[in-house]
Amino acid sequence: MKTWRKHLGLVVSLGFVLLLALYPIVTGRDINRETTFTILMSIALASSLNILLGYSGYVSFGHVVFFGLGGYVGMYFLSVHGWPLWSALLAGGLASGILAFLLGKAILRLRGAYFALATIGINEAMKAFINNFQPFGGPIGMSLNFSVYNDYGGAAKALWLTFYILVAVTLITVTVSYLVRTSRFGLGLLAIREDEDAAEIMGVVAPNTKTWAYVLSAVFPGIIGALFFFKNINIEPGPAFRLHVSIEMIVMVMLGGQGTVLGPLLGASGYQAMRGYLLTSPVFKDIQLAIAGSLLLIIVLFVPAGVVGWVRNRFPATRRVLQ
Amino acid sequence: MILQVDHISKNFGGLQALNDVTFDLPEGQILGLIGPNGAGKTTLFNVVNGVYPASAGNVSFRGEDVTHNKTYEMAHAGLARTHQIVRPLNELSVIDNVMVGACFGRHSHGLGEARKIAGEVLNFVSLGDRAEQLAGSLNVGQKKRLELARALASQPYLLFLDEVLAGLNPSEIAGMVDIVKQIRERDITIIMIEHVMHAVMNVSDRIIVLDYGRLIAEGTPEEIANNPKVIEAYLGDPKLAESLMSEEA
Repeated sequence: MKTWRKHLGLVVSLGFVLLLALYPIVTGRDINRETTFTILMSIALASSLNILLGYSGYVSFGHVVFFGLGGYVGMYFLSVHGWPLWSALLAGGLASGILAFLLGKAILRLRGAYFALATIGINEAMKAFINNFQPFGGPIGMSLNFSVYNDYGGAAKALWLTFYILVAVTLITVTVSYLVRTSRFGLGLLAIREDEDAAEIMGVVAPNTKTWAYVLSAVFPGIIGALFFFKNINIEPGPAFRLHVSIEMIVMVMLGGQGTVLGPLLGASGYQAMRGYLLTSPVFKDIQLAIAGSLLLIIVLFVPAGVVGWVRNRFPATRRVLQ
Repeated sequence: MILQVDHISKNFGGLQALNDVTFDLPEGQILGLIGPNGAGKTTLFNVVNGVYPASAGNVSFRGEDVTHNKTYEMAHAGLARTHQIVRPLNELSVIDNVMVGACFGRHSHGLGEARKIAGEVLNFVSLGDRAEQLAGSLNVGQKKRLELARALASQPYLLFLDEVLAGLNPSEIAGMVDIVKQIRERDITIIMIEHVMHAVMNVSDRIIVLDYGRLIAEGTPEEIANNPKVIEAYLGDPKLAESLMSEEA
């Protein structure tokens, strides 16, 4: 009971994810599962990005590179080596984590806009590299044989399986985000976000701390990338490294509240609900991204703390619940 | 000797900020570091602290050569500092600010232990009732005490105080001087940069004077106040020195 209360913020966030996950399970409809899949994926991606963006204050504009790379590595092992899904997912996550570790050593010494620019460059460089990398199929990409789903009881069951795996990955991501937020490691990250030089003078080993935050924020997009493209059955450089997905991730984090555990959850759900509406609306369907961009502008200008941050500042009593 | 600064020089391009500075600091003392604006006092802190690499010379801290240490390595070794221009972690609460010091300083405390230390230190600097407030919402005097609390929470051997009295009103100065004296009683060695003369004369065991990056004098407060070189370079008018000394009482 006591620990339950102590971690109320985590309970609220996990409860939110579970409620979303229950919706298609209870209704049993495939269309609801697909909608929820998109929302949960956004939640997990936004929560991952938040570990870097929200906690340590480093803006990664190219975070989709980890999603794409994870997808490619996962698909490579699935299609070429016939690995089982779970090990392909882990390989995807591991590959993204290693890439983040190496990048972290190289570009995390850049600050502010320079780091953001470097991350865009990395995404574009990775896309160009994969385009010319024959083992990954070059510009054509890779496809799975449809029979791959037979190992999981046929396509219908495989789709439900990917959904359950995504629910699990999302719950883990949110838990990790919470654990980081409330740990000594997280305190070091927050100190770096507020004033990196002052943090170092107080003894925070900023280079290592930032690198591990970057790795953590890359591993889950890697796993999710592998899962997404398994479900998608084929992967190509264009869809894997779409720059605007990175920007949408930032919008979701900023909308909900950067640096909070619950913020990316609300931001991702809210953004996807809006996007779903805009995409199907005859008036807005072509300018959906323009609206996302304007939204980002409005948030940055008027509510930089996001929804959760705003409520926390306005009603301090909610701080225990909204973490 | 807790700190030995040996022929340290630092130049920024053509500007010689520190020129062959040498001094020793025995444990348990309060050393006052004074000098006119631009004399290189803060630069000296920054070089010893690892913010800037020294251009020449050596620094040793508790018997170990630390000339090329990074700032966080100095923090782990037991050196803490405050900043002339306060640098609170604005979006964190006051107690979180202090916990950063406790978590990452000389001892790598866990959060629980750090919270306990932070609570004690905040009471010591009379910020206990503001623990949950955001650091950005404090006033200047409180921010200065927060800087001090953060530094103390790291349980340092040596503490650098960079103008902790600047911008404070007379009663705040008296309070801060009291705190500094109490810190010495905790066996923490202190170097303080200060422009509030009567305060630094009052609390220091020894004073060193920098002018244009050179160490021009060293001695007890009385010796410094009567040193013609110091009077010429820094105080300008010998009568002024006398009047400043009398403010002590």
